[in-house]
Amino acid sequence: MDNLETFRKDTRAWLEANCPPEMRRPMLTEEDTCAGGRHWVFQSDAQRVWLERMVEKGWTVPEWPREYGGGGLTRDEAKILRQEMSALNCRSPLNSFGISMLGPALLKYGSEEQKREYLPKIVRGEIRWCQGYSEPGSGSDLASLQTRAEDKGDHFLVNGSKIWTTAADKSDWIFCLVRTDPNAPKHEGISFLLFDMESPGVSTKPIVLISGASPFCQTFFDDVLVPKANLVGKLNKGWDVAKYLLTHERDMIGGMGRNADNRSLGQIAGETVGTDNGILADTMLRGQIAAYEIDALAFRFTMERVGDMAKVGQAHPAVSSLLKYYGTELNKRRMALVMSAGGLDALEWEGERSREGRTARAWLRSKGNSIEGGTSEIQLNIIAKRILGLPGA
Amino acid sequence: MALVLNDEQTMLRDNARGFLGKNAPIAHLRALRDKRDADGFSRALWKDFVEMGWAGILVPQEYDGLGLGYVEAGVVMEELGRTLTPSPFLSTAVVAATAIARAGSAQQKKNYLPRIAAGDLIATLAVDETAKHHPEATAMTATRAGNGFKLRGAKTFVLDGHVANLLIAVARSAGKPGDTNGLTLFAVDASARGIRAERTPTVDTHNAARITFEDVNAGADNVIGKIGAAWDVLEGVLNVGRAALAAEMVGASEEAFSRTTAYLGERKQFGRLIGEFQALQHRAAHLYCELEVTRSAVLKALQTLDESFDRAGAIVSVAKARTGLSATLAANEAVQMHGGIGMTDEFDIGLFMKRVRVCAELFGDANFHADRLARLNRY
Repeated sequence: MDNLETFRKDTRAWLEANCPPEMRRPMLTEEDTCAGGRHWVFQSDAQRVWLERMVEKGWTVPEWPREYGGGGLTRDEAKILRQEMSALNCRSPLNSFGISMLGPALLKYGSEEQKREYLPKIVRGEIRWCQGYSEPGSGSDLASLQTRAEDKGDHFLVNGSKIWTTAADKSDWIFCLVRTDPNAPKHEGISFLLFDMESPGVSTKPIVLISGASPFCQTFFDDVLVPKANLVGKLNKGWDVAKYLLTHERDMIGGMGRNADNRSLGQIAGETVGTDNGILADTMLRGQIAAYEIDALAFRFTMERVGDMAKVGQAHPAVSSLLKYYGTELNKRRMALVMSAGGLDALEWEGERSREGRTARAWLRSKGNSIEGGTSEIQLNIIAKRILGLPGA
Repeated sequence: MALVLNDEQTMLRDNARGFLGKNAPIAHLRALRDKRDADGFSRALWKDFVEMGWAGILVPQEYDGLGLGYVEAGVVMEELGRTLTPSPFLSTAVVAATAIARAGSAQQKKNYLPRIAAGDLIATLAVDETAKHHPEATAMTATRAGNGFKLRGAKTFVLDGHVANLLIAVARSAGKPGDTNGLTLFAVDASARGIRAERTPTVDTHNAARITFEDVNAGADNVIGKIGAAWDVLEGVLNVGRAALAAEMVGASEEAFSRTTAYLGERKQFGRLIGEFQALQHRAAHLYCELEVTRSAVLKALQTLDESFDRAGAIVSVAKARTGLSATLAANEAVQMHGGIGMTDEFDIGLFMKRVRVCAELFGDANFHADRLARLNRY
């Protein structure tokens, strides 16, 4: 315990000395956190400096092994780092699919060469990754995917199309599910490939969402050559990699949507609906907000508990479905309450006063949370089958 | 502290589950109910609790108790919830022991705590006066008389009130109902002149009583803590009771849930197991999530009581509100998914619904605690 307390003290001192003040303010847009990659434009010197300093410590990915550029921290140390960063309101220096999804899958399924090639670049934010999973005809039924990768001896030839590819137009590489055996049962003919988005034959088309934003693309592959060395895991065993990676995606989406500032939703609502002796003037809304906050706090404790259970080997492998389901439904509820509290003001779509309709756009964006990464209904199916063991599920 | 049970706590849970499953299963509750037992609990079983140390689980070792924490008390409460076992554990070993151990004088601790640990004293908090929990609305008066006080008023839903030897009564020595200032805690002998206890049988076959105080004499040595300044002590004691009830509801709701999922895998209709129907699968999976999220909040509340007692208020309210709602959902879904048989007295599942309803109401329902959380968060 003494060692951990020393680590906490040293970490706090280091963060205080090294995290620029601009990186301790609440984030207003997605660009306030660096996503990395060849095309990334730093929003400020502070953002660049903060990333460089954290990269040097390996703390963009505190728990990855040092040999791949990570911080080599234990779970307890990493938890302390997160706590201290949160106490000082430090922004995350780097958020990427490489960190949250591909990296863990490579650590488990990648070859030693693949780990050495890809992981350090993820740590340093040099390569931005996107995810090629869903297809126009394969949403919840992901395993029915049709993108083909034909074995051409020394390479694969990839043809097909992916959809809901997050930031495909801004990404450098893609991790992609492809069908390598069209005659096998649907789960058994899938492989997991990595390739450069600048490869000839790759093109992307952004999709405009109901929020007005285009975080996703449709991505097209037209005779794309992919070296054999870019296969992760065994041929036709990509579904195992895909499922493992999805549990990390679910953890990430489930953890979204906490208040950027530390104020409670009730206090934020007070600014628009008014207060009466310190009590929110709209008492029905007050009750709804309090009920939400009870669930949100309990969910925060659940994430803490699941982390602690994982440490002692007690976490159920399918618990990410619980976190994904509950976290995204909570976030939708939160955004609905933010809209309620904002009233007519929250309906503005353009103009400086509403910061270009920030509230309304965030509310609309939240609706996708319970669809992307496996719908809420799919998560409930998984829980019914894998955790509750219900018949025929 | 990691948000999981440690090895000793896990062992306590396993022992409690084994003991209660064997010695106090639901048939035990039914037997007490069906013979209209005068005590409403089994003194023989309570003696077993004493032998295992449970009666003194929160009593410091210097007063012959185990000196364990609220997490451990919660572990036992959860197992009592699983078997719906009635006992003075909540009233005496959890709530009253906390009040005396945390706020009592050296003399009061010496008088009462060893007797609680030995199972010789049933003690209980007398706080509620109205249909809804509202401790600052206390109207029962403590009027100065000579060197002491005269207590006058009526308390309702006093746990184990008709069998208690010692009442810890909240009375108003100053101020008016609604003020948090002016409240005083009194430890009075239940056989004192002017006290009348009327047993009020409740829906869940656990013990409660209405108690009237008609000019009951109380001396300065009957006062627990400071005169007129009991609010903080009372809040702390109630928080312990609330967290304990939350733990009991975790046990009751998880037991009801596991019986329900088992039934979904047995019952056939339309030639299929009803658990194959997605309408029921999704409801069961959703309920599972609610119960898991609740469990996290309850363990967090118990740990916070152990680690920083005075800062546990908000988290205890989260835990009590959450369990009130999720245990109610579990009980409702249990009866609904069992169909007709769930409505019969012969089948156990309805007993869970009854007990959960009482636990959800006691010491503040979900609305009370949502309001409390909103106030603590200043809105």
